[in-house]
Amino acid sequence: MPKWFTPAAVVCALMFAASPLVIANAPYESTMGLVQKIFYYHMPSAWMFLVAAIVCGVSSVRYLVSGSPRQDRLAWAAAELTFLFGALALVTGPLWARKAWGVWWQWDVRLTASLMGWMVSCAYLLLRKYGGPGSDKLAAGLALFGMANVPFIYISVNYWRTIHPATSVVPTLPVSMGGPLWFCVTTFLLLFVLLLKMRVRLEEQRARLDSLYLSLDE
Amino acid sequence: MSVNATVPGPSAGLDFDMLAVEDVSRHFGRRRALSHISFQASRGTILGLLGPNGAGKSTMLALLGTLLRPTSGVIRYGARAHADSSPALRAAIGVLGHDLFLYPELTALENLAFFAALCGVAEPGGAATSALERAGLADRANDPVSSFSRGMRQRVALERALIHVPRLALLDEPFTGLDDASTAALVARLRSLRDAGAIVILATHDLDLAEGLLDHAVFLRDGRMVESLARPEALRATYRTVMTRGRA
Amino acid sequence: MFLRSVWLVLRKDLTVEVRSMEIALTTVFFAVSAVMVFAFALVREGQAPEDGAAGILWIAIAFAGTLALGRTFERERQSETLRALLLAPAPRPAIYVGKLLGILALLSAAEAMLVPLVAFLFQAPFLAHPVWLAAILVSGTAGFAAVGTLFAAMLVRVRSRDVLLPVLLYPITVPVIIAGVRATAALLQPEVDFAIVRFWMALLIAFDVVFVTLALWTFEPLMTD
Repeated sequence: MPKWFTPAAVVCALMFAASPLVIANAPYESTMGLVQKIFYYHMPSAWMFLVAAIVCGVSSVRYLVSGSPRQDRLAWAAAELTFLFGALALVTGPLWARKAWGVWWQWDVRLTASLMGWMVSCAYLLLRKYGGPGSDKLAAGLALFGMANVPFIYISVNYWRTIHPATSVVPTLPVSMGGPLWFCVTTFLLLFVLLLKMRVRLEEQRARLDSLYLSLDE
Repeated sequence: MSVNATVPGPSAGLDFDMLAVEDVSRHFGRRRALSHISFQASRGTILGLLGPNGAGKSTMLALLGTLLRPTSGVIRYGARAHADSSPALRAAIGVLGHDLFLYPELTALENLAFFAALCGVAEPGGAATSALERAGLADRANDPVSSFSRGMRQRVALERALIHVPRLALLDEPFTGLDDASTAALVARLRSLRDAGAIVILATHDLDLAEGLLDHAVFLRDGRMVESLARPEALRATYRTVMTRGRA
Repeated sequence: MFLRSVWLVLRKDLTVEVRSMEIALTTVFFAVSAVMVFAFALVREGQAPEDGAAGILWIAIAFAGTLALGRTFERERQSETLRALLLAPAPRPAIYVGKLLGILALLSAAEAMLVPLVAFLFQAPFLAHPVWLAAILVSGTAGFAAVGTLFAAMLVRVRSRDVLLPVLLYPITVPVIIAGVRATAALLQPEVDFAIVRFWMALLIAFDVVFVTLALWTFEPLMTD
């Protein structure tokens, strides 16, 4: 049995348990109704999107400074997860917004900034896929610039009035809703860590394969 | 800036007597461009990198020119290791690339004067003019390089590479496109560089022209060093022997 | 030595450009074509939408800028002269600054043609506050070109560079486009609220400072392989 099997099984079990057990038993929100339950997926995805982006940015900078291929592999893996969780957040967000605000999309600061961040992750992956040799450094530069860009996007978009619920609502949620929410955040975090590790491992195997090919040549 | 811009000639830039390549390898992903190359060259030497196309000669020159970093191994310029590619080190190196490093829209004189100035030569205009005289192109000084034949461009490119009188000259196929007279002039030029105490590294597959010119020959095949000979003679025969060695 | 190298690279780029005019002419014509396309898309009953002129101007600048960046570095790639620049003992950040100033000069020239054209076609009072407009255009273009020059220089070594340049550049330069459009639109109002213009100007200048600094810091490590 591969050594990642047990952690993967645990994360799967937790994810499967989330919807029918934890979220279904959470109280019904009066104004939003059933649609509010999307929130249990939306917020953890959005948080993991942010975490992945930070991991990608930090490891890219470390790659630029140290040149260590480990950091490069970590950045690549994190960029793919930024793309994945960003896509989840950007799909679940409008589903919720349609009910809450009456529109699918609102050009408010957080939505726009998330979309721009997600676009940078798309650009990163396109570069890595089609850039060929030499694109790893450039990708790290892109991630660094993307990170430096966050405050500028935030400020520039913020000049339009925001209607996104503030982060401060989270601690004030009743325990009956907060419990399931934190459960979901934890499972998403575990999923993120698992995927990141597996993805880095895949790249490590690839690097080892490359060096085996090279040593075959000796 | 550590480059001394006022003094032209071999004293500009880093001073070193010895170039040492120690167990250098370079990979591009899964492709091995060079593996475990070691050789040395001291001042006043012409060293030839010989081998067929794709043997890794250009990669070796790019490594020596600090444009690439080795995957493993060290290149030493005197006491200085490769890792700290500084302006002072670059000031001591002149490169003639396979692509000619010339702006086709600019005139020959402008090209040479631009690179002379960028290299910190004291009087770029004067250096460019005398370089063009050496190339035998003084009368075409104000024509754009795009109007030149391949051989004329090659001569300008060579003077461009040597404009700051580098201590280490790296030349990739310098005989390409040259007629007999220009070839003879180039050979004489390389000899005079050697006599002035420069290290000349020459990558070529043209054995007839390299015959008698080299003080040292390094034979490359598929990124590997198959032989390294001092004072090589009968290059063509030697080449045939070492290149077929170990092959069924 | 730093400033001297900057000046040498800049003068070389301008000489080449003045001699061929290739990038200047194609860029301006491309920008004008882009303006036309947007005019056909946006003008209703002979009237451009409110703020349309500002948006069209900046979109044209962004498109033309990408084209100019791509062509400038394609020129350095053709006979591998970028390698020659990197091999020269000049400080490498100086080469970046020289190229950046060259692009800026080119785009400023293009803007000098574009602004009257957009003003003329969309009845936009661009020339009511020429100094403010120039300041916004210069600081916006500088931010755009600062990121673009670094990316274009690095893409020289990369496959599919033509398509990757806009793909990388546009998401990063969104704040420049937003700030440029909003500041220009604010200038076009009959009663200009200078607090708004100053806010966006400050954002543009901060962007310029941060990204030029980052580019100077990363140019050297990013250009050696």
